[in-house]
Amino acid sequence: MIKVENLRVNYGSIEAVRGISFDVPDGGISTLIGANGAGKSTTLKAICGLIKPASGEILFNGESIGGKDTVAIVSKGISLVPEGRKIFADLTVLENLKIGAYLRKDSLKDDIDWVYSLFPRLEERHWQLGGTLSGGEQQMLAVGRALMSRPKLLMMDEPSLGLAPLIVSDIFSIIKEINSKGVTILLVEQNANMALKTADVGYVMETGEITLSGSGQSLLENDAVRAAYLGT
Amino acid sequence: MIQNLTTEMFIQSVANAISVGSLYAMVAIGYTMVYGILRLINFAHSDIFMMSMYFVFYLITIFALPWPIAFIAAVLATGVLGIVVEAAAYRPLREAPRISVLISSIGVSYLMENFGVVVFSGIQKQFPPVPAFQSVVVIGSIYFQKLSLYMPVVTAISVVGLLYLIDKTKIGMAMRATSKDYETAKLMGININTVISTTFAIGSMLACVGAIMWGLKYPKIEPYVGIMPGLKCFIAAVIGGIGNIKGAVVGAYLLGFMEIMIVLFIPALSSYKDAFAFIMLIAILLLRPAGILGEKKADKV
Repeated sequence: MIKVENLRVNYGSIEAVRGISFDVPDGGISTLIGANGAGKSTTLKAICGLIKPASGEILFNGESIGGKDTVAIVSKGISLVPEGRKIFADLTVLENLKIGAYLRKDSLKDDIDWVYSLFPRLEERHWQLGGTLSGGEQQMLAVGRALMSRPKLLMMDEPSLGLAPLIVSDIFSIIKEINSKGVTILLVEQNANMALKTADVGYVMETGEITLSGSGQSLLENDAVRAAYLGT
Repeated sequence: MIQNLTTEMFIQSVANAISVGSLYAMVAIGYTMVYGILRLINFAHSDIFMMSMYFVFYLITIFALPWPIAFIAAVLATGVLGIVVEAAAYRPLREAPRISVLISSIGVSYLMENFGVVVFSGIQKQFPPVPAFQSVVVIGSIYFQKLSLYMPVVTAISVVGLLYLIDKTKIGMAMRATSKDYETAKLMGININTVISTTFAIGSMLACVGAIMWGLKYPKIEPYVGIMPGLKCFIAAVIGGIGNIKGAVVGAYLLGFMEIMIVLFIPALSSYKDAFAFIMLIAILLLRPAGILGEKKADKV
């Protein structure tokens, strides 16, 4: 679905991403794991056009999208759940969902019902302002909002950040459920354990480069990964 | 100090205060909307106000259009002017520090004033009279222009319409989202340039409505005519809480009432009328810097 070739991204003179290449296969769950500052979020931002790559290719279903405008990229079927959730605090829960479908002109009812069935809490609170939700509820809303555009590829930046362990496992089981509906997923995580257990394909990023890749299971069993990210 | 203050004088002043407040509200909304979305104090707004008065003047005197058509055409032309100013002077600075945009707006302001002096000449012109608004109504012993009755109605309709647009429509939702977070708004597929252009068009069109009210009430036009109403309406927006549309309306009426009532009750101060706005600005900045309905921060820490 996504093919990244030799992608480089700079912030001024800082090289955040140094020529990485990876594939996100159709219909699967892929994950990028790594420590803070490894360049994971930057990679996601480059894919959705929030940062212009310095060089390299980003292909979405064979079409080059590197350096295109965010609105154009989003309209092709890519959706990002941003780090820190970025809920619109002054919009109601329902408005947050509707704005996720901003580019669509058809009926949203089925999609809203689907999001409510994934996250019943959002239905209970649909009239509340987004800013009044708890962290876990905001994460649910951020995922629901991203689904409203009916993405082919859903990218999630640290969905487990700052959430209680029980809620984290809820979020991961919902990621699998969303994937089972045919949405390809690219997950960026510091929670390597949960991410690798969930993912079909994993990539390990360190200081702007991909140092290891393989199936989620093989990375879970890799000694270097265990030592560096799993603490065992 | 208060001599011969009659009920008639008081009622007349209330009517006057309401009409001045209605006028201020139309212009103050433009300041507050632009601030809300760009965090920019748009110094060019007072000159957009001025330009719109000239639009009305030329449409009626040179193109000889009847006033209803001229007013509508002027409102539309001012909306276009707002879009052009934004696209030419602010959009190229979208990624620049906020101070650069502020300086650009001061530049646009001087540009339009001097354009006015060169093209329209600095000589005062007479705003075309419209007897339908300017004829005097007498109720008992109270005299006022019909305008004073129409102005609050026009303002009320405009404000209700604007609040509906912002609270209930898709573009309004996009405006609220864009005003909080450009990056996330883009991720939703919102074209933020379109949203910002729309904001400028609406703010400028309302300024034109305010300018028409001003011209009918004080029928003199010159290239610097926008400065004082512009400053006062900016102050009204700050008093109400800049960024908040209802606040701008509240601030505008409060300022209108203060100005008129102080002159009514303390006539000796009438020559300092224009200074009250600035005194109120200082007072509000000292006592309640966020303004009466100042934006509350719902952000989680």
